[in-house]
Amino acid sequence: MEFAELIKTPRVDGVVLHRPFLPTVEGTLCLTGHHLILSSRQDNTEELWLLHANIDAIEKRFIGSLGTIIVKCKDLRIIQLDIPGMEECLNIANSIEALSTLDSVSLMYPFFYRPMFEVIEDGWNLFLPEEAFKELESMTDEWRLSEVNKDFSICPSYPALVTVPKDIDDDSLCKAATFRHGGRFPVLSYYHKKNGMVIMRASQPLTGTSGRRCKEDEKLINATLRAGKRGYIIDTRTIAVAQQAKARGGGFEQEANYPQWRRIHKAIERTNILQESLIKIVEACNDHSNSMDRWLSKLEASNWQSQVKEILTTACLAAQCIDREGASVLVHGTEGTDSTLQVTSLAQIILEPACRTVRGFQALVEREWLQAGHPFQQRCAQSAYSNEKLRSEAPVFLLFLDCVWQILRQFPCSFQFNEHFLVMLFEHTYASQFGTFLGTTAAERVKLKLSQKTVSLWSWVNRPQELERFLNPLYEPNSLVIWPSVAPQSLLLWEGVFLRWNRSTKCLDEAYEEMVHIIEYNKELQLKVWVRSSAAGQRRFMGPCISHMHILSL
Amino acid sequence: NKHVIRGKSGVEQVKLLDRFNNKTTTGTLYLTATHLIFVESNVPGAHEIWILHHHIASVEKLSLTTSGCPLLIQCRNFRVVHFVVPRERDCHDVYSSLLRLLRPVSYDELYAFSYNPKQNEQQREVGWQLIDLTAEFERLGLPCDQWQLSDVNRDYKVCETYPRDLYVPITASKPIIVGSSKFRSKGRFPVLTYFYQEKKAAVCRCSQPLSGFSARCLEDEHMLQAISKANHNSRFVYVMDTRPKLNALANRAAGKGYENEDNYSNIRFQFVGIENIHVMRASLQKLLEVVGTRSLSVNDYLLGLESSGWLRHIKAIVDAAIFLTKAVTVEGASVLVHCSDGWDRTAQVCALGALLMDPYYRTLKGFMVLIEKEWISFGHKFADRCDQLDGDPREVSPVFTQFLDCVWQLMEQFPQAFEFSEWFLIQLHEHVHSCQFGNFLGNSQRQREELQLKDRTYSLWAHLLSEQHNYLNPVYSPSFAERHPVLEPSTQPWNFKFWRNMYHQFDRTMHPRQSILKHTLTLKESNSKLEDTAHTLQAVSSYLLSSPLRCTNTPLQSLSSLHDSSPDAPDGNGGERTVEGSSATENGYGELQSSFSSKNEPAMVSLEFGVARMTC
Repeated sequence: MEFAELIKTPRVDGVVLHRPFLPTVEGTLCLTGHHLILSSRQDNTEELWLLHANIDAIEKRFIGSLGTIIVKCKDLRIIQLDIPGMEECLNIANSIEALSTLDSVSLMYPFFYRPMFEVIEDGWNLFLPEEAFKELESMTDEWRLSEVNKDFSICPSYPALVTVPKDIDDDSLCKAATFRHGGRFPVLSYYHKKNGMVIMRASQPLTGTSGRRCKEDEKLINATLRAGKRGYIIDTRTIAVAQQAKARGGGFEQEANYPQWRRIHKAIERTNILQESLIKIVEACNDHSNSMDRWLSKLEASNWQSQVKEILTTACLAAQCIDREGASVLVHGTEGTDSTLQVTSLAQIILEPACRTVRGFQALVEREWLQAGHPFQQRCAQSAYSNEKLRSEAPVFLLFLDCVWQILRQFPCSFQFNEHFLVMLFEHTYASQFGTFLGTTAAERVKLKLSQKTVSLWSWVNRPQELERFLNPLYEPNSLVIWPSVAPQSLLLWEGVFLRWNRSTKCLDEAYEEMVHIIEYNKELQLKVWVRSSAAGQRRFMGPCISHMHILSL
Repeated sequence: NKHVIRGKSGVEQVKLLDRFNNKTTTGTLYLTATHLIFVESNVPGAHEIWILHHHIASVEKLSLTTSGCPLLIQCRNFRVVHFVVPRERDCHDVYSSLLRLLRPVSYDELYAFSYNPKQNEQQREVGWQLIDLTAEFERLGLPCDQWQLSDVNRDYKVCETYPRDLYVPITASKPIIVGSSKFRSKGRFPVLTYFYQEKKAAVCRCSQPLSGFSARCLEDEHMLQAISKANHNSRFVYVMDTRPKLNALANRAAGKGYENEDNYSNIRFQFVGIENIHVMRASLQKLLEVVGTRSLSVNDYLLGLESSGWLRHIKAIVDAAIFLTKAVTVEGASVLVHCSDGWDRTAQVCALGALLMDPYYRTLKGFMVLIEKEWISFGHKFADRCDQLDGDPREVSPVFTQFLDCVWQLMEQFPQAFEFSEWFLIQLHEHVHSCQFGNFLGNSQRQREELQLKDRTYSLWAHLLSEQHNYLNPVYSPSFAERHPVLEPSTQPWNFKFWRNMYHQFDRTMHPRQSILKHTLTLKESNSKLEDTAHTLQAVSSYLLSSPLRCTNTPLQSLSSLHDSSPDAPDGNGGERTVEGSSATENGYGELQSSFSSKNEPAMVSLEFGVARMTC
């Protein structure tokens, strides 16, 4: 298919662009296969480049021969284009609709995008399971890297390599896989260096109404327990939902068959409910006519903050089991690709300081989301504005990012990255020039040859000139476990995402700049004092000052 | 000088329960003439809680439990403590002593009259002279060709709740003033409170007219005419009645009411709908009830926030202040603001409006001047509203708290506009209730003079200025004021937030565990020290170059002390420690059955920054 077939009117002059809090721009609108471009053709004004993939919905209006298209984006931005000429406007609208809803992955922009920068460090090779396993091996010999899924036949949503208890052979894994939804048998998610406790993740066991059991599955998870130790199974569903799952062949671990495990049920909602929640909160934030009471009641009705609290609480509980109770944890929900990953990845942020660095966080996203088979392409096909019927869209990853942001707000000095980094990840999961979030599983990504045909997001992010924007000036590495507060009074609305296009942040941005300036100036002064005291022959006395020098040497 | 409770110096083995989790602390309870003190036992560097009697709003003895007799104490600074006293008799002793101590009946019993910060008379006097309202009116360009200082209230004869010095239009003669004052509730006739020099527009304040259904007063009409004429920029003066229309209508039946536009030739009348003190008191009570709930769900929190109406009221006050500001700065019109008696809503709106219009009030000292003027001198009834003496509970209302809350909301929108931080606001709130300093005692200037406060007590302003480094906003930018002389806040509802650091100031588990404000403030302080050190070092090195045998260690000392005080310093030893105040069990993530080993949490360190430090 040629994109040109879908573009009847590639160019219109005299188009006016309206954006909140920015001056209107008049210029020429161009449509290409992947972009909507508006340029005023003046040197000093910014051009608008919008990926069709970022367009969630459009609305057309006509007043006489002046047409207006309201473009609603997946990153929640809403812009308005006034287009002279009814026919042009209709053509443009039809093209945008067609181009923004292309189903074929291979037509996506990442396959056409050629980077304007030199790839120094290829993001596709940065976070390989083998490398992660080497690190694990240096701490413990209780685990092995299994190739049982090397052709993705045992579990289509797992990567080719998974980490499992050393004493469990591949045959047992195959059998355990038949007992778990989608073949997602229990695998290692996180190893807590401090006490050797682990987080495992899986999908629900297929006990069904008859109470099926599987010796290999029991053996597999028991193999993760040390002698005399017990563990916790965190089922992210309520007991009622888990019971209902039995009728469809699913279920949960019966105490009788897993006597060494204590099961805890939490209440993380299913994906379709999360999507409704997103639609409602975005609607509330975009309504400028709200009274105080209406705003609060809409915020409440959206349930978004409740989801954040529940996910965060569950993750804290998992971390508490590991770090405070000294017990290992198995986490699952139904499919093990959504709430499970929210919990396991957040628990690692709480427990493991390395996950709070830029690289560590990227590795976490790779490991716990991409390789673990979160179906990004399905979940992020539509955002909050789409009028299309929902398929399996859900803001699962956005909720995870929101939870990370909540922790970041409570521990502003403990993260190497800042809020912009999280917002950027949100944007790229919905529409991107990079191939990182394409596809739904590791298997599909291999089939699509993403690593050969597209550029990795990490290749771009990790370039020093890009990275700078995403670094937190307040960061001071700290090796501690960080326990966030999950009280409703401590949880905030993530304005950086939900009010991003509805408010002017000029005053806040300037204040942030001033804070950065104070920090930078402090480093500069430290250096000055250090240099001068050296010059005065007193360098050997300057002990306390040296600890600040590592910052300068970065 | 600890009070003896039935022959003992203190009650031992008292348990302090955290109100949001299951944490308990054991310690000894002491009672002094001014404080209730809880000292944690058997802990090195024991944690102490000092509660000023004046801060206690209520003491409740709950029904006996197996572990003892519970005593619930709620404080006006939003501290809630829950003690369990092992023996009922001891509990009753503490309870009855507190009941006796917490409601003084005469001013002489207030802490301010016994508080002695070890200053001499001269220092005390200087402290009281720090804030000078005559200088403030001079700063505003007053008196001027249209406004004069009137001596009509020199002896508090015309209005006993007003200050002595009042600014009125030059055309307002004494008979007009006196006549107008007779037509206004409590004699609070229209006077100037802020002057916007750029447009020669005045903000005036008064109380409601005694108009009833049809009464009128020519002098009062003249008075408004005079205010209007004093401003050549506008042909009319706005009259802002800050009450809801219904309330104003109801007042007519009692012979009060609002201005009839037909009788006043050039006014534009406007209701702005801020609720009365009783609604506000109930609202705060509801809010505190909601946020004091254990294991509160997000939805109950949001619904409770909504049904308390607190943020709606805060928004109404900000909306009114914006209306006032626009009328003055954009239209150049003078505005007369009133409510019923003109000392609650009127004070809120005038003070907040001035804060929006004039960057001076956004400085530390300017804010003190603003409070001194709009609140203290114009007779906001601090004694009644803050329940300083045993009085009518229906007079108590969080009017001033609301004002501070509004200021905080503005700080959130304009982080660089204010010289001071929220810690300053919290500290002010603390002292409005502490009765430790003389400034907020009593209901009017006249009463303060009668109490001879300037001779018998100390000024809070001197105290706050002496430790102002704690209250500075590190990102404050004077150039911001140049770019934004008038603040134009957004009033979209999402801009109004629950002020957690105020209402949960003692509930540390709810706070961010690392404070950006504290961190940045420390860095900024360290920057000025480093600048000095760098300077000294340069001098030293050039000195050393000339005489290489000499050596000095001054810069070294300052450097190491600097490093010791750096906040949030990562603790290298990892291990069992968590980031200060951050612990798993205090947050109640989930109930893990006790069949599994449970470990003791490391003791929580309380950071009582921005909270009154007692100087006894």
